[in-house]
Amino acid sequence: MPDADQTLEQILDLAAKHFKVPRDKLTPDDDFFRTLKIDSLQALDLLTRLEQHFHVELPDYELQGVSDFRTLASRIQSRL
Amino acid sequence: MLDLDRYSCLGGALRDALDQWPNETCLIESDRDHEKIRLTYSDFKAHALPLARALEDADFHPGDHAAIIMANQSKWLISAYSIFYCGGVLVPLDFKLTPLEHLQLLAHSKSKFLIVEYHLWRAITQAPDFKNHLLKTVLVTEAPPSADLAGAYRWEIFRRKGEPEFVKRDRADLACIVYSSGTGGRPKGCCLTHENYLEQCKALISLFPFQPGNRYLSILPTNHAIDFMVGFIGPFVCGACVVHLRTLRPEFVRNAFVNYHINYVSLVPMVLKNLERGLMANFALLPPVKWLALKGLIAVNRALTRQSPNVKLSRSLLPQVHKGFGGELQAMFTGGAFMDAATLQFFFDLGIPVANGYGLTEAGTALTLNDFNPFRADTVGKPLPGVQLRILSPDSEGIGEISAKSKTVMSHYFGDPELTAKTIVDGWLLTGDLGRFDTAGHLQLFGRKKNMIVTPGGKNIYPEDIESIFDGIAVKEFCIFASNFIWPVKDMTGETLLLVLHLEPQQDIGTQLKEEIIKRNRLLPDFKRVSGYLLWDKDFFRTASMKIKREALAEEIRRTSSRASVCEI
Repeated sequence: MPDADQTLEQILDLAAKHFKVPRDKLTPDDDFFRTLKIDSLQALDLLTRLEQHFHVELPDYELQGVSDFRTLASRIQSRL
Repeated sequence: MLDLDRYSCLGGALRDALDQWPNETCLIESDRDHEKIRLTYSDFKAHALPLARALEDADFHPGDHAAIIMANQSKWLISAYSIFYCGGVLVPLDFKLTPLEHLQLLAHSKSKFLIVEYHLWRAITQAPDFKNHLLKTVLVTEAPPSADLAGAYRWEIFRRKGEPEFVKRDRADLACIVYSSGTGGRPKGCCLTHENYLEQCKALISLFPFQPGNRYLSILPTNHAIDFMVGFIGPFVCGACVVHLRTLRPEFVRNAFVNYHINYVSLVPMVLKNLERGLMANFALLPPVKWLALKGLIAVNRALTRQSPNVKLSRSLLPQVHKGFGGELQAMFTGGAFMDAATLQFFFDLGIPVANGYGLTEAGTALTLNDFNPFRADTVGKPLPGVQLRILSPDSEGIGEISAKSKTVMSHYFGDPELTAKTIVDGWLLTGDLGRFDTAGHLQLFGRKKNMIVTPGGKNIYPEDIESIFDGIAVKEFCIFASNFIWPVKDMTGETLLLVLHLEPQQDIGTQLKEEIIKRNRLLPDFKRVSGYLLWDKDFFRTASMKIKREALAEEIRRTSSRASVCEI
């Protein structure tokens, strides 16, 4: 199981790849809606990719109120 | 369908619907790729009546207010029907609000009962103001076996044997309090009567009648006026079926069209755009020859359906496209936020008509809807039956404020006679939206007169409601505006919020202040965030009671600054 830092790094890598954004443009505290220029549906799409990557099921409500990679990582980490 | 003129209340109409089509499926609930629940009208009744009886036994009286905070699911509709059965007033709250906002609206609406999903209840119980709540009974759905429910009951076992007493309400009685705005400023609780809903339903199903066996995909939140009407009341009084999804992941939404052979769906522009993007991506993968052939067939379909949609013809011309939507889609509905005409035309050309409408919670649901005779991508259609619209003080182009008179217009704002008097004048609802009628009698929208925005996700945002998040920032004063309120444009897309900052003398906006603003902004849900700030060097105009005179300030900003002065956050 990855530790919290590894989870965060993997999320950043995956987001950069999926939304075709240079990895070095993303930092843990970025508002991913703004940095990735995505809407809430695209954020749900990202959640699906993360589920597949981490082999974990995340209900939609886990994303409610979450907008930065660090908080997202902690939500995922708690379910690993 | 039921003859709604015969009914005085929603509870009565729904009760007869359950008896009229006992063996028809009324609800399907799916979670990802597996079906969780499938209920006939008879099953629905068997779930709802013991709940109604338990509510009555818990001293739920006619006229009492009961709130629901849940995502779309079968328990939402079962609970709502039980509340109506007992003669209660339903307060449907947006499950995406924060726990603090939930508590504020529960208090404002004077709700005594609450039905809520476990994860939302858990968050509410952790809010600082939780201990001050005045709820009498709380029912929590899907709570884990060992969960501490903080005095709440489990929805699943809150049942009593015995026939509950059906309480008939009059048409003028309150059915729902629906909040059309948030909490930080002045909650706008629209008081909608049974007549408002019955008349709205009658008007909508006269244009788009559901039949037993029809399936409506319920994606918009049911607390939203549109889904409450076309994802609950409308299908039920016609014996049709509502399909709920527990996730809105685009791939599962797409699968639902196919798995459940959906006939109708309502979508906000953001979802429609997402579907368009998905289709365009698929088309881009086609080999050039197939893409050319598809383009030709789309052109043929467009030419043959120019006057009126013909879904059978379109399905035969473009079978692969239609199979991707389950093959039985009749129409999609959109409204609430202005839709891009090109997207509407894109779907129409594929033989999937999207009925674009215009409405606001204060008017029940919809005031206008496109009837496809012929299809118009550039308007929001004609007034619905029973709706009168006027354009107030039209300018040289015929554009003015839209006002409405209809049996669907709300009774009043809950607990706010002053705002009611400003909003409903001589029986006419002042919408604050700008529009004009074209020669064919279609309404076209041209922006807003009021200081608010509607997001592509269909959310109304009033700037005053979100100012409290910036309270205490180190500036002399600040306020938030809808950018288009300051600098009007004849458009309703791309609306943004703007933070106007008046700094102290000699103060510079330094890194620390900027970071604080960004941090505070992030505390807001993504759709409520401000997108830029404007530095302003004069005192804000204020009333004797020190309230900001927003219109005067906006006018002064408009006179002296341009949009180019806004710095992005």
